[in-house]
Amino acid sequence: MKFRIQRYDPDRDARPYFQDYDVSLGPADRMLLDALVRIKTVDDTLSLRRSCREGVCGSDAMNINGKNGLACITKIADLREPVVIKPLPGLPIVRDLIVDMTQFFDQYHSIRPYVVDDTPRPERERLQSPRDRAELDGLYECILCACCSTSCPSFWWNPDKFVGPAGLLNAYRFIADSRDRAVNERLDDLEDPYRLFRCHTIMNCVDVCPKGLNPTLAIGKIKELMLRRAV
Amino acid sequence: MAANKVPVGAHYGLAAWLLQRLTAVIMAAYTIGLGGLLLACPPATHAEWHAIFTGPFLRLATMLFFLALLYHAWVGVRDIIMDYVKPTGLRLALQALVGTALVFYLVWSVSILWGR
Repeated sequence: MKFRIQRYDPDRDARPYFQDYDVSLGPADRMLLDALVRIKTVDDTLSLRRSCREGVCGSDAMNINGKNGLACITKIADLREPVVIKPLPGLPIVRDLIVDMTQFFDQYHSIRPYVVDDTPRPERERLQSPRDRAELDGLYECILCACCSTSCPSFWWNPDKFVGPAGLLNAYRFIADSRDRAVNERLDDLEDPYRLFRCHTIMNCVDVCPKGLNPTLAIGKIKELMLRRAV
Repeated sequence: MAANKVPVGAHYGLAAWLLQRLTAVIMAAYTIGLGGLLLACPPATHAEWHAIFTGPFLRLATMLFFLALLYHAWVGVRDIIMDYVKPTGLRLALQALVGTALVFYLVWSVSILWGR
């Protein structure tokens, strides 16, 4: 099977280049990650991140035939040859398919991704009704793989100011949490022409999310809450 | 100045976002309404065309359309400038230029609608 993989070692290469590989796959090679691991047996200089190999850890996000996705849950049978693989777009390349996720996680941390409640702790735990818990469905599943944010043109142009789809989905995850008491502070923090309103509902995020989540919908709900408190 | 810091938190944006949508609805309604009117009774001469727009209702509706258009354009072009133009000075200059042009267009549209 033919692959075309972007290579780049900042210490040696002036600029990124493509390297072609033609590997014969084994009978158990089903997912793209299996093929990449097989390529590594031929050329162990190829660098990529991977861990759980089942779409839970979010390590092996990359650009596959022009679309961001997780290599471990992308079926080889669905891919057109040569399979063109690039690192996630818009982030600095550390080496080959490994990108520097600092900006992505800075934005994620900026939304305070934890329940804020300064009231005295109950003796055991802060309970939540099944109905309140259901509010978090479609939000809590985010694995922070960065497929969405790095496919978003608004995040490409302003990664230092725009929170990005992953950060905003998680912001809404805590706004929607019945145990969180900081909804007004959270809305204050997001009411900004850059942090929230750089989203132009391009919806690349929805198109690529490997977990089938909908950041655009979450962003819409944040705007709706802002509207509800303003008018 | 703390040049290495990226300040955010301007605490505005909702009004512009909402008004951009509202003005779009106004423009769509006007376009459909005017289109229907012109299809129903197409003006044959320039005098008839002129008479349509000097009626008080359509004159006000057209003014409202222009106001909506100019505000809509302001939010849209400002968004493009904020997306792509990084140096603050250049961004401010471009926004001032666009703002000035839009105010000029406003005066122009008033003079067209209420002029002779």
